[in-house]
Amino acid sequence: MLYGVELSSRLLLGTARYPSPAVLERAIKASGAQIVTVSLRREGGASRAGQSFWSFVQSLGLRVLPNTAGCHSVQEAVTTAHMARELFDTKWIKLEVIGDADTLQPDVFGLVEAAGILTQDGFEVFPYTTEDLVVADRLLEAGCRVLMPWGAPIGSARGLNNVYGLRSLRAHFPDIPLIVDAGLGVPSHAAAAMELGYDAVLLNTAVAEAGDPVAMARAFALAVEAGRTAFLAQPLEPRDMAQPSTPVIGKAALERFSN
Amino acid sequence: MARSSVIVTGAGVAGLSCALELSERGLAVAVVERGHALGDGCCSWMAGGMLAPWCERASTEPEVAAWGAEAIDWWSRRYAGTERQGSLVVAQPRDATDLTRFAHRTERFRWLEGDAIAGLEPALAGRFRRALFFPDEAHLDPRGALAALAGELGRRGVTIEFGVEHPARASANEIVVDCRGYAARDLLPDLRGVRGEMVVVRSPDVALSRPVRLLHPRLPLYIVPRGNGLFMIGATMIESERRGPVSVRSAMELLSAAYALHPAFGEAEIVELGADLRPAFPDNLPQLRRNGRVLHANGLFRHGFLLAPTLARWVADAITREDFESEVSHADIPQRRRA
Repeated sequence: MLYGVELSSRLLLGTARYPSPAVLERAIKASGAQIVTVSLRREGGASRAGQSFWSFVQSLGLRVLPNTAGCHSVQEAVTTAHMARELFDTKWIKLEVIGDADTLQPDVFGLVEAAGILTQDGFEVFPYTTEDLVVADRLLEAGCRVLMPWGAPIGSARGLNNVYGLRSLRAHFPDIPLIVDAGLGVPSHAAAAMELGYDAVLLNTAVAEAGDPVAMARAFALAVEAGRTAFLAQPLEPRDMAQPSTPVIGKAALERFSN
Repeated sequence: MARSSVIVTGAGVAGLSCALELSERGLAVAVVERGHALGDGCCSWMAGGMLAPWCERASTEPEVAAWGAEAIDWWSRRYAGTERQGSLVVAQPRDATDLTRFAHRTERFRWLEGDAIAGLEPALAGRFRRALFFPDEAHLDPRGALAALAGELGRRGVTIEFGVEHPARASANEIVVDCRGYAARDLLPDLRGVRGEMVVVRSPDVALSRPVRLLHPRLPLYIVPRGNGLFMIGATMIESERRGPVSVRSAMELLSAAYALHPAFGEAEIVELGADLRPAFPDNLPQLRRNGRVLHANGLFRHGFLLAPTLARWVADAITREDFESEVSHADIPQRRRA
C-alpha cells in the first residue's frame, strides 16, 4: 500500500539504460512490476522533448513514478517534480537530491527540505535516502509516507551495504512502507531485503544492463517473492551452536534393534 | 530482374548506401534530398564513424554484430579512408570492473597490459593498466565517406538533387526508397528520435590511430581520430527529440572524457559542437518496410555507418527479386519487417 494505492507486485523497475524500448517492455512484463520510474531531468530540457519515450512508457499501462534523478539542488528537484506532475498527471514523485557526483549519495539536508516543499505543494513523495534513522524521522515529519533507503550507491551492484542499519530502520518504522532503492546487483540481494521485512525493492541497472535483461527481470521477481514469503514464514534466527534436526538419543535404540 | 527506376529520398548514409548498392546492381537510380548540400540537416554528418560491430555487442542485440561485420569490407571497397586499425577500450582504475563487464559481453578482442597499450597508442603510455583491443574493427570519417559515396554515384550517372522534398507519389513505374531517417516519422509513427551530441576538437599534442572508448558507469564515451589533429568526441544518448544545441552538461561530460583520456586535450581547440536525432524503432534495430511501391529503410539508430550496408543490401535484394513487381500489384503490405 503506497499512498493509498494497493499493489500486488513488490518490485519497482527503472526504465533507463535498456538496450531498447522493446527490451524494456519485455523486461517489465517478465518482472510483473506495476510501477516504473522515469527520469525527467536529462530527457526533459527546456522544450520537454522526451515525448516519444515518455508516451512509450505511458502506453505500457503501468503506474508511472517520475523521478528527479540527476538533480543536485532543492530548486532543481522541485522544478523537475512540478514538470513531472504536469507531464504524467500524477502526484507521485521519487525525490532524489544528489549530494555527491561520484557516489550519487543523497544530500539528506536538501532532501528533507525538498520533501517538505513538495508535500506542501500536494505531492506524494518517495524520498531516495540513506538508512539514517534521524533523516528518516525528519522525512516523515516533512510529510513523506514512504521511505526509500539505498542498499548501496546507485548502479554499484553491491547489495545491502549496511544490513544492521536497514534492519534497525525496519524495526523503528514498522508501519511505514519501506522500499530498498538502488545498489542491488543480483536477485539474492533483493531476497535479502525482503527477508528483512522490507515492503518492496526498486532497481534498474541490475536488470537493464544484465546480459539478458528479460531473464534477469524474471529472476528478480522470483527472488522478491521468495524473500517476502520467507519473511512472512518467520525465518530462524542464527545461533552459535549446532542444533541437530533429529534427536541424538534415539541412536542407542536403533543399535539395539539392529542387534 | 526488375528494370524499374528507383528514387531514393534522403542523402544521408542510408540513402547514399542504398543508391550505390542499387546502382551497382544495375538499376537506374536517382537521389533526392530535402537539404541544400551534402550533410545539410542530416544526422549522418554528426556520426562517429566507428565500424565496431563487436564492441557494440556490449549494449545491443546480437544481430548488430552479425550484420555490422559486413560493413567493414563494404566500406573498405568504396571509401579509401576506411581505417582498419581496430579499436581500443579503456577505463579509469576505479572503473576497472566495467572493463571486465564489457569483456563478458563482447567478442573478438584481446586483453592488453600497460606496455602493449603504449605499443599501439604511444600517446596513452602509462595512462591505463589494462585495455581491450578489438583488432578487426575499423573507423572512417563520416563526412569523407558520404562525399566518397556521392562522388561514386556521380561517376555512375546517379544524380543527387538537393532542395527536393519526399515525393508524395511517384510515377507508376518508379519505386521510392524512403531513407529520410527521423523525417520519415510522418509515415512511420513508431519511429522515435534519440538525441546525440558530439564535439570536434583539434589537438596537435595528441596522436591516436584508432577510436578509443572510455568506459564510465554513467558516461561511456569515445574519441575517434579524424586526422590532421582533429578528434570527434561522442556521443550522448538521450531519449529526447529536442534538436537544439548541445547542453552545457553534455559538453562538460564529453570534454571531461577527452581530458580524462589525455590531459593534453585540455589545451585542444573546440572546433565544433553538434547535436541531432538518431532515428530508431522500438527495438533499436533497422527495418525495411514496404507500402506498395514505397520501401521505408529506416531505424539505423546509433549504427548508421555500421548497418547502412546491410540495409542497402536488404533494399537491393527486395527490389531485384523476380517477384517484386507482382508483389506490388498486391495490396499494400505495411509493417513488413526484415530485421
